[in-house]
This record gives sequence, structure tokens and C-alpha cells, in this order.
Amino acid sequence: EKSKSSFFNKLGKAVAGKSKVDDEVLDNLEEVLVTSDVGVNTTLKVIERIEERVAKDKYLGTDELNQILREEIAALLSETNIGEETDFTVPADKKPYVLMVVGVNGVGKTTTIGKLAYQFKKKGKKVVLGAADTFRAAAIDQLQVWADRVDVPIVKQSMGSDPASVAFDTLKSAMAQEADVVIIDTAGRLHNKVNLMNELTKVKRVMQKVVGDAPHDVLLVLDGSTGQNAFEQAKQFTKATEVTSLAVTKLDGTAKGGVVIGISDQFKIPVKYIGVGEGIEDLQVFNKFEFVDSFFR
Amino acid sequence: MFDNLSDKLDKALHVLKGHGQITEVNVAETLKEVRRALLDADVNFKTAKAFTNTVKEKAMGQDVLTSLKPGQLMVKLVKDELTTLMGGETAGIDLSGNPSIILMSGLQGSGKTTFSGKLANYLKNKKTKKPLLVACDVYRPAAIDQLHVVGEQIGVEVFSDKGNQDPVAIATAAIAHAKENGHNVVIVDTAGRLAIDEQMMTEISNIHKAIQPQETLFVVDSMTGQDAVNTAKAFNDVLNFDGVVLTKLDGDTRGGAALSIKSVVDKPIKFIGTGEKMEAVDVFHPSRMADRILGMGDVVSLVERA
Ligand SMILES: Nc1nc2c(ncn2[C@@H]2O[C@H](COP(=O)(O)OP(=O)(O)OP(=O)(O)O)[C@@H](O)[C@H]2O)c(=O)[nH]1
Ligand SMILES: Nc1nc2c(ncn2[C@@H]2O[C@H](COP(=O)(O)OP(=O)(O)OP(=O)(O)O)[C@@H](O)[C@H]2O)c(=O)[nH]1
Ligand SMILES: [Mg+2]
Ligand SMILES: [Mg+2]
Repeated sequence: EKSKSSFFNKLGKAVAGKSKVDDEVLDNLEEVLVTSDVGVNTTLKVIERIEERVAKDKYLGTDELNQILREEIAALLSETNIGEETDFTVPADKKPYVLMVVGVNGVGKTTTIGKLAYQFKKKGKKVVLGAADTFRAAAIDQLQVWADRVDVPIVKQSMGSDPASVAFDTLKSAMAQEADVVIIDTAGRLHNKVNLMNELTKVKRVMQKVVGDAPHDVLLVLDGSTGQNAFEQAKQFTKATEVTSLAVTKLDGTAKGGVVIGISDQFKIPVKYIGVGEGIEDLQVFNKFEFVDSFFR
Repeated sequence: MFDNLSDKLDKALHVLKGHGQITEVNVAETLKEVRRALLDADVNFKTAKAFTNTVKEKAMGQDVLTSLKPGQLMVKLVKDELTTLMGGETAGIDLSGNPSIILMSGLQGSGKTTFSGKLANYLKNKKTKKPLLVACDVYRPAAIDQLHVVGEQIGVEVFSDKGNQDPVAIATAAIAHAKENGHNVVIVDTAGRLAIDEQMMTEISNIHKAIQPQETLFVVDSMTGQDAVNTAKAFNDVLNFDGVVLTKLDGDTRGGAALSIKSVVDKPIKFIGTGEKMEAVDVFHPSRMADRILGMGDVVSLVERA
């Protein structure tokens, strides 16, 4: 709160009575955005938009500037976040609705799956988890713990088995159980490893043998403390699996996750969820205004 | 991203080339591009500013001003300064204790458990040590199992106590166990924690006080962005750690966080992680890291073309 008000105070002083945003304001704004990991390109884009708006609208005080700022930053997110979902829902016309979760190592995929399963189950959905990370030490046990916590079935094989085969089994089992939602965990992989990225494409293809249009959602999980490398992650995972939504984790820390603004803008992928802790309830539906506000706190 | 970097520096160097000589104006112009490149590489905002200011002073104070190839000299200045900042000599770890106790710390998912295994494997094979791995993460689902799997893979004993929720007690018991069983290195894996989580920071501080490690290592993901400085500083304030481990460098991140951390806590980067396998560990090379952050391969070829 303190730094937020001081940022806007500074801003207020620097802009009072002027019809043009001066360099000091822009410097302050640049600092806020860059230190939130928004990145230089997107920051320049925001600054340009603010300058245009101010030249046109001639704002009067900090309140208006605050408003313009929020609007312009959020606008980069808006085109892809029109749905404005406020709840954990899945389309009712797909049964089972198949969600595949992907991302680089350690970002929070498995944890997010546990939290999502909990939310969907709370909505009365029948959820099945698939342990297709067969590579990392105890990854299967970790997902099993989450399945037990939420009390949903899990389909698994032994460590080292073929992830595509696990995904196949999971979908078969989900069909047999008439499940509503299937969530497939995958091993963390760096996006520059061609073989591992091809493996993901294969997992996807094999699932389609059971459910023709699966996966219905490919959720890319990004660690909120990641910097500009997240761009490359989004690019490569999209190439391999056609990512359809994003989750940003670990926003309970001091990192702001601003890199998703540019990603959402460039790749037109909506941010759906944010992770705000390690507990089962610590997942929220993304709200772009709250997200933008957090930069100025 | 990387193409952008080349373009920018190309442009900046053209400015220099056109003038033939460095003046205050075109130094400022070039450094603006360098600063941008640093920010794109995730170097912290303040660190990048301070860095370019230092380079500017050096450039102005030298005969760079009258040099025939100012672009080349600028690049050299930037690269040298970056390498200096990344730290000189490669720093080893202190294995003088009996047993030598090594404590891991860091954020969630940074790579502590994996690195604990890698370090144990390295000390066992390269330094003929008899390490003991200790499972002090009592929170993360299957964290203890994970360390056991890792221990099995490398043939190193793992000490754990599944019913026990107190990491201080587990660590203390593990050291007694190590002494009784002739382990000369004890590697303590801990739960990931946020620097602003006071309770968890107090916990690791208590572990630290109880076991008095020779080496406390801060494990950080090389893809970390601007927040790296806050986290490193907060962990250092509590633990006064001895060194940094930079993980996941097998990716394509520029790894500017390394520079930020170095400049804010001034502790050596001791190891880097370059893969998920137990062998994927290396000592840190400051000049290679400097190259990586600036994309020096690109820069050098630019200068050669110029
Ligand atoms: N503070 C915080 N920690 C989180 C959050 N989400 C996940 N974590 C923690 O981050 C660490 C890694 O989470 P995982 O779910 O195992 O990540 P993953 O992407 O499945 O990792 P790999 O399968 O190894 O690639 C764990 O310690 C989690 O408890 C979050 O929103 N906030
Ligand atoms: N590619 C790559 N992956 C790594 C490296 N180091 C660790 N990982 C992976 O990163 C993920 C997280 O590693 P962990 O060792 O579980 O991280 P941690 O810090 O113990 O996580 P928490 O205990 O949840 O805080 C796993 O998928 C590891 O395989 C590395 O150097 N390169
Ligand atoms: Mg996982
Ligand atoms: Mg761990």
C-alpha cells in the first residue's frame, strides 16, 4: 500500500497541470513495469498508448492517470480474456472434457492439477487424473497424494513407462467411468529439447485415438517468477501442442508475473488461472484488473 | 528475442561507426541499447542501470574517445565489466568438516532436491566422499519419496523420518546418524519456501542454527526474472549463505538473474545445473555466463562485420 500510494503521489506531482506526460512520469512507469517482468517491448507499447491517450484526452490528475494506466495495460490482455470467467467451469458439451497440462520443469503443473481437480469436484464433476509424468523421481507418488486429498481416481503405470500409453489408458478409463473431466499431468520439459517436445505431440495424438477432439484444453503453466524466457516457452509449447490457456503460479510471492501480458497479447492465449500458494484452495480464476493493480502495490 | 538483441546492437554500433569516435552522446545512445539488452536478459532494472553507468564512466575516462574502432572497444569494455561483476575465480566448496554439512535453500521448484542428488553423486564419484542425503521437506507431497528415488539412482543413503514433522529434529538426528556411520558429508534438502513467508524463513534459520553448516547454498532457477534480487537478498539476510547454485541452464534463458544476484549479495556462484540427470552439473564459469547474458556470440560477430 505504501509504495503504491507513493508511486501515484510521485506520478501526481510530476503530471499536475500538464497536458503531456513528462519523462519523469514515464521513467517511473517504466520502472514499475520492467520490474514486474513486463519486458521492454511491452513496456514501450504501454507507454506509447499512454502518451497517445494523454495527448488526446488531456487528463487532469492522478486518478484519471491511474484509470488510463489500468485500462491500457489491461487492454493488452482483454482481447484474449473476453470470456471474463469468474468461476471454475468446463464446457458441458464435451464429455469427458480433456485437459492436458504442460510446462517447463518445476513451474507447478502437478500442484495446479491437484487444485483444479478439487475445484471441479466441488462443482459436482467427476474427475479422473492421468499420471503421464513417468520420468521425474516420485512424480507419480506426488500426483497420487493429490488424488487422495481430493478423493478422485488416478490412472498410472510404473516409472519409466510410455507417457502416451498412460494418457491413452486414462482416457479409456474415463470413458468407461463416464467421467466429466480428465486432467493429464506431463513431465516438466525445457522447450528447447526437441525430443521431449515431440513426445508431447505424440501424447496428444494418441489421446485422439480415444477421444477424437482431445485435448480440449492445453494448459501451459508458467512460473510467476520467470522472466522474459517465458516468451520462448509460450512459443515452443504452442508449436508442439497448440496451447489454449495459461496458468501463472507462485503469485503469492513478490514476483509479479508481468511477462504474461506480452505473451497473452502476442499469442492471443487467455490467462485462466493463477496459483497463490501450495494449499488445495490456492488457485484463483484470473482477474486482469486485480493482476494489473498488483504491479503498483 | 535474440534477433531483436542483434538488431539493437547492430543499430547501436552503427551509431558509433558512423561517428568514428566516441562522444558522450553516442556512448549514451549505445549504452541505452546495452541496457535494453540486459533487461531483455532479465538483469534487474537497477542492476542494469548501475552497470551501464559504470561502463559509461569507464568509456569516457579512457582513450576509447580517440580510438579508431570505438565499437569494438565498447564491446570489450562491456564484456570485461560483466565478467568482472560475475566474479573472478571459480569458487569451490568447503569440505573441511567432519562431517561437512551442506544446507540447501531456495524457492519452490528451483531444483534443490535434484541438485542435492547431483552434489552427492559428484562428491561420491569425484571426491571419493561418503555422503548422506537428508530429507527435511516435510510438506511437499512425495518430497521424501523423491529424495529416496534420487538416492537409489546414485547409490547414496537417504536419511528420513516420515512420521516426524520437525525438520530441525530430523536434521539433528541425521547428523548423529552420519557420525555413527562414517558419512563424511551430509547434504540437507529442505522444502521450497517464499522469502516473505516468515514462518518458513524462521524454520530454515532454525535448521541453520541447529546444524551449523559449512556450506549453505541458495538454489535458484536461471529463468528467474526481476524478482531474483528480492529473493536472494531476503534469503541472504536470514542465512548469510555461502554460494549460489544456478539451475536449468540447459534451457535457452539468457540468465541475467545471475548478474543481479551477484551484484546484490556478492556471493560466488558455485555450481550450475544443466539437466535433469544426476550427471548434469558443472562448475560455474564467469566469462561464459557473461557471454550468455549479452549474447556475446552475436555481439562479437557484429563487431567483426562492422
Ligand atoms: N508458493 C507457491 N508454491 C507453489 C505454487 N504452485 C506450486 N508451488 C510449489 O512449487 C513446487 C513445484 O510444484 P510442482 O507442482 O511439483 O511443479 P511441476 O511443474 O509439476 O514440476 P515438475 O513435474 O518437476 O516439472 C512445489 O513445491 C509446489 O508446492 C503456488 O502457486 N505458490
Ligand atoms: N532441465 C533441467 N531441469 C532441472 C534441473 N534441475 C532441476 N530440474 C527439474 O526441475 C524440477 C524441480 O526440481 P526439484 O529438484 O524437484 O526442485 P525443488 O527445489 O526441490 O522443488 P521443491 O522441493 O518443490 O521446492 C524437476 O522437474 C527437476 O527434474 C536442471 O538443471 N535442468
Ligand atoms: Mg509435476
Ligand atoms: Mg524438493
